[in-house]
Amino acid sequence: MIARLVDRLMWRGPRPGIAPIVAGAALLCLVAAAFLSPWIAPWPYDQQMLAEADRAPSLAHWFGTDEFGRDVLSRVLFGARTSLSVALVSISVSCSLGMAIGAICGYVGGPVDRWVMAAIDMTWCFPEILLALLLVAILGPGSTSTVLAIAIAYLAQFTRLTRSQIRALKRETFVEASLCFGAGPAHILLRRLLPNAVAPVVVVAMLTTGDAILLEATLGFFGMGAQPPTPSWGGMMSSGSELLFEAPWVILWPGAAIAASVIAINLFGDGVLVALDVKKRRRTH
Amino acid sequence: MAKYAIRRLLALLPVFLVVTVIVFLLIHLVPGDPIDNLMRSGSDPAQRDALSRAYGLDRSLVEQYLAWMGHLVRGDLGTAIVQRRPVAELIGENIGYSLALGGLALAFSAIVGIVAGVTAASFQDRVADRALMSLALVGSTVPSFWLGLLMILFFAVQLGWVPVSGARHWTSVILPATTVGLAGMALVARVTRIAMIETARQDFVTLLHAKGVSRFTIQTRHLLRHALVPVLTLLSLRIGLIVGGSVTVEYVFARPGLGSLLIRAIGQRDYPVIQGSLLMLAIAVMLGTLVGDLLQAAMDPRQREDDRS
Repeated sequence: MIARLVDRLMWRGPRPGIAPIVAGAALLCLVAAAFLSPWIAPWPYDQQMLAEADRAPSLAHWFGTDEFGRDVLSRVLFGARTSLSVALVSISVSCSLGMAIGAICGYVGGPVDRWVMAAIDMTWCFPEILLALLLVAILGPGSTSTVLAIAIAYLAQFTRLTRSQIRALKRETFVEASLCFGAGPAHILLRRLLPNAVAPVVVVAMLTTGDAILLEATLGFFGMGAQPPTPSWGGMMSSGSELLFEAPWVILWPGAAIAASVIAINLFGDGVLVALDVKKRRRTH
Repeated sequence: MAKYAIRRLLALLPVFLVVTVIVFLLIHLVPGDPIDNLMRSGSDPAQRDALSRAYGLDRSLVEQYLAWMGHLVRGDLGTAIVQRRPVAELIGENIGYSLALGGLALAFSAIVGIVAGVTAASFQDRVADRALMSLALVGSTVPSFWLGLLMILFFAVQLGWVPVSGARHWTSVILPATTVGLAGMALVARVTRIAMIETARQDFVTLLHAKGVSRFTIQTRHLLRHALVPVLTLLSLRIGLIVGGSVTVEYVFARPGLGSLLIRAIGQRDYPVIQGSLLMLAIAVMLGTLVGDLLQAAMDPRQREDDRS
């Protein structure tokens, strides 16, 4: 998959254009900024300078300061850590769990498949944000419940996708060949079927990470995500919205960071889709 | 068609039951004793017992569920803990605002989205197409609460065209509906564009061109009709986007509605209100999907036949 991707990005095969490459570079910068935030942030994220509260952007504070006189730029940089890691962890959990359940259901079939899928599909009764709110109402606010809420909100999508991949692949001749050589179900599932099914799931996981960042920010905005003093983009906007008229820059920058990262992920993901020639198959409701 | 409608309606019944089970279980899945969660303050044993009996928590789960469902079908959703009023009353006060917001947002997504999609398709791969599709990408990725706040700053504070928040004047619905509608609009525009472009490649369109039918007539009378089917599918499937978006946006604009009710109730751990508003929002999604399905079946008879076989 990687080789094919490199191949395609080197302009061999269908051309995804320049936008995905720019978006990929932007994503790299974003991840680097999140990693390096303790070193590149001009101020500690929690240093309060009450004398300088609610200052507009200036040379000392490029993005201005919030109601406690904390540097907004530093908080956006540190917030990238929270927001990106929550999104990445929750999508990894969701994707690996979904792949495991989907692969087993798709391979085994029969009543197991029917009942497990029926249970998984129950999550589709609610839109993602309601499902996440429901879970946060149960688990209480915080980063851990946000991760769980996002993971469960997208579980059905990954399970369905993997399952349909496996179901289509298991009738292929190469599986029959393996069976003839006496391969057991574990071997066929792990060594023959999954490697062939993984590419579209990974691409969808990447695109869904953008949705996860949005969902995390929304929960944070409701005050249900990472709790203060941990900075997160959604949380910054939550407290900033109370000072909307006095200090609009406090919500401006974290919102722009969310928008930029989601747009970058979508453009990059679309480019990878084109490059890998994977048909887009995401949850459609 | 009537038969199809009834069958679809019956198919919703199990989904509805599942939703009620999930919503019912909510209060029991919360870590800790439900009574403690309900009371929150000191626990006087007599009060505990009274509350436990009042909520039927001393009976088995199945009994409790059946009793709860019994009340539910009679329109009794319990009593709000904080406000000490029937949940049904609270929902009744708020539902109108949410319906207005959701309806307008849906209309905005459909109308603006289709117009944008048709325009983009007729300028395929030219500047107008690129610009519209970039806007659509931005529209579907920008967080709605951020957009909402920026719109408040610009249209309400800078220009003073509309009220900042609340719902006292009818103009107050414009900004929230636009904010919710933008995400749906972006999706509709993309799907309309692709459907128009793909339909344009079909033989009957070539025939129409050969017959000398004008480009405008082909686009509006023939292509658009075909393109509307996937758009309807999308809208009926993504009705949750509108409902979910309304929840966020109501909160941003401090507008009354089911979403604000839900968010406030979660903050206050007011479980009967959480249950009631979640249930209503889930029903809204189900009914929206149903209406979309029926419209689709009305437009495209093949869908009804597919379902029968």
